[in-house]
Amino acid sequence: MALERSDVEKIAHLARLQIREDEVPGYTQTLSDILALVDQLQATDTTDVEPMAHPLDAVQRLRADVVSETNQREQLQSVAPAVENGLFLVPRVIE
Amino acid sequence: MEWETVIGLEIHVQLATKTKIFSGSSTAFGAEPNTQASAVDLALPGTLPVFNENALRMAVMFGLAIDAEIGKRSVFERKNYFYPDLPKGYQTTQLAEPVVGRGHVDIELADGRTQRVRIHHAHLEEDAGKSLHEDFHGMTGIDLNRAGTPLIEIVTEPDMRTAEQAVAFARKLHSLVTSLGICDGNMAEGSLRFDVNVSVRPKGTETLGTRTETKNLNSFRFMEEAIELEVERQIEVIEGGGEIRQETRLYNGDTKVARAMRSKEEANDYRYFPCPDLLPIVIDDAYIEAVRASLPILPAQWKATFIEQYGLSDYDASVLSSNNVQAAYFDQVARRCGDGKLAANWVMGELARLLNQHDTDIKASPVSAEQLGGLLERIKDDTISGNIAKKVFEAMWLDGGTADEIIEAKGLKQVTDSGAIEGIVDQVIASSDKQVEQYKAAEPDKRGKMLGFFMGQVMKASGGKANPGAVTGILKQKLDALCD
Repeated sequence: MALERSDVEKIAHLARLQIREDEVPGYTQTLSDILALVDQLQATDTTDVEPMAHPLDAVQRLRADVVSETNQREQLQSVAPAVENGLFLVPRVIE
Repeated sequence: MEWETVIGLEIHVQLATKTKIFSGSSTAFGAEPNTQASAVDLALPGTLPVFNENALRMAVMFGLAIDAEIGKRSVFERKNYFYPDLPKGYQTTQLAEPVVGRGHVDIELADGRTQRVRIHHAHLEEDAGKSLHEDFHGMTGIDLNRAGTPLIEIVTEPDMRTAEQAVAFARKLHSLVTSLGICDGNMAEGSLRFDVNVSVRPKGTETLGTRTETKNLNSFRFMEEAIELEVERQIEVIEGGGEIRQETRLYNGDTKVARAMRSKEEANDYRYFPCPDLLPIVIDDAYIEAVRASLPILPAQWKATFIEQYGLSDYDASVLSSNNVQAAYFDQVARRCGDGKLAANWVMGELARLLNQHDTDIKASPVSAEQLGGLLERIKDDTISGNIAKKVFEAMWLDGGTADEIIEAKGLKQVTDSGAIEGIVDQVIASSDKQVEQYKAAEPDKRGKMLGFFMGQVMKASGGKANPGAVTGILKQKLDALCD
């Protein structure tokens, strides 16, 4: 399956990646190559194979419902570009 | 043309765990912004999620309560989208293998019929933080206290046909999750949020029309209004020759106006994939059976018991069983006084009235079930009348104490001694010449109605303490004797 230029632009937008105009052909090619590899894998007969959710052959360990975290707001916000009244400030997201 | 409405719901239920689904941060409501947001909740590099057992247990409780298949293996996936109140850039949720499979909830309709609403599945996921769009110098404020709060999202089949049915289902679900103790049910704080999928089709046809989704309704009333408005809009569009666009809509309960979200706001392609940070969750039969054994009595079970054991009407039984605390309270009152109907009248009447008046919950009732049961027992054995009981109840509410203590202290014991009552009756008759003449002049079959006046006078003269049954008998006997 070959990707179009517009597919690459859409994927970049969904991932919030800014790519330069002259990089688009390269990405279109390499991503198409990856999909070609997937096509090759698709040819394998997997009728009786259970889909794998995780490469480790183990199950999730559970945690008891006990509060273990304390308020670290000051420290955690010390690396934030903008804070006010305890809130993180980000560029406005609605009009 | 006649139209049929088709409604399906998606419900987000905040689980009443102490901590978040993947971190040990507190989930308590109302804390200062970002004081309950740890490095995991903030998605700082190098942090890893650890799954909360209690969230799993609560989801399984819900599954068992709706008679659903429980996923013995369930898998967390990543739902990718960008929004600043979702720090990881994805929501950890379930898709292909949810913890709760197909189930059902039965609802009672106004006409007494029961209707089954099928549940497609319910899955575990995390809540996002909150965006505050007030003006922070042109920026948006982010509070991540809510980020990572455990949710179950419940998805119904499109089995509802009217706003009324959808609201009946929503109420039933509210009652179920609060009775299970897995959600505090506080809709104003967003503990339970409803998304409504609505479409219309010509009556008698099978194909579903194009649906719209109205998101985040947080009251039963808004839900009903939003559905009615949307049905009206869709019919108008179609009858005007237009087509319904599949879109997400927002309803403003204050202005009663709905609008479509801009298509950009919903242009998402979530690119789900299994979360590599979390292993599959595997539970066995022993776990499921242990959870089943811990289930509280559920509304449907309470209701059946109330009808069977106490002979309550379907309506009374529904009201009393709608939440667990009230059901258990009523049950204790009924056992104590040995009269289910009397207990039902008091719990839904006087008790509800005072709770309402003081804006308090039955959980915090100053009068215990034991106290109220003891009071009703004294009505049953004719120690006091129903009217006096109301006074005792109010005294109990204010100052505590048992019914017997209050009756004794205030001298409210009912007068059943016929000698004493005769004395009062004679007095009343002697001072009511005019009414006595009217009584004598009346047709014998009309006289019964005229007793009311004399009853009132006797009760007043006795300070409400005379036994009404005894008074009626004596009055009738004495007045009728005058007529001969």
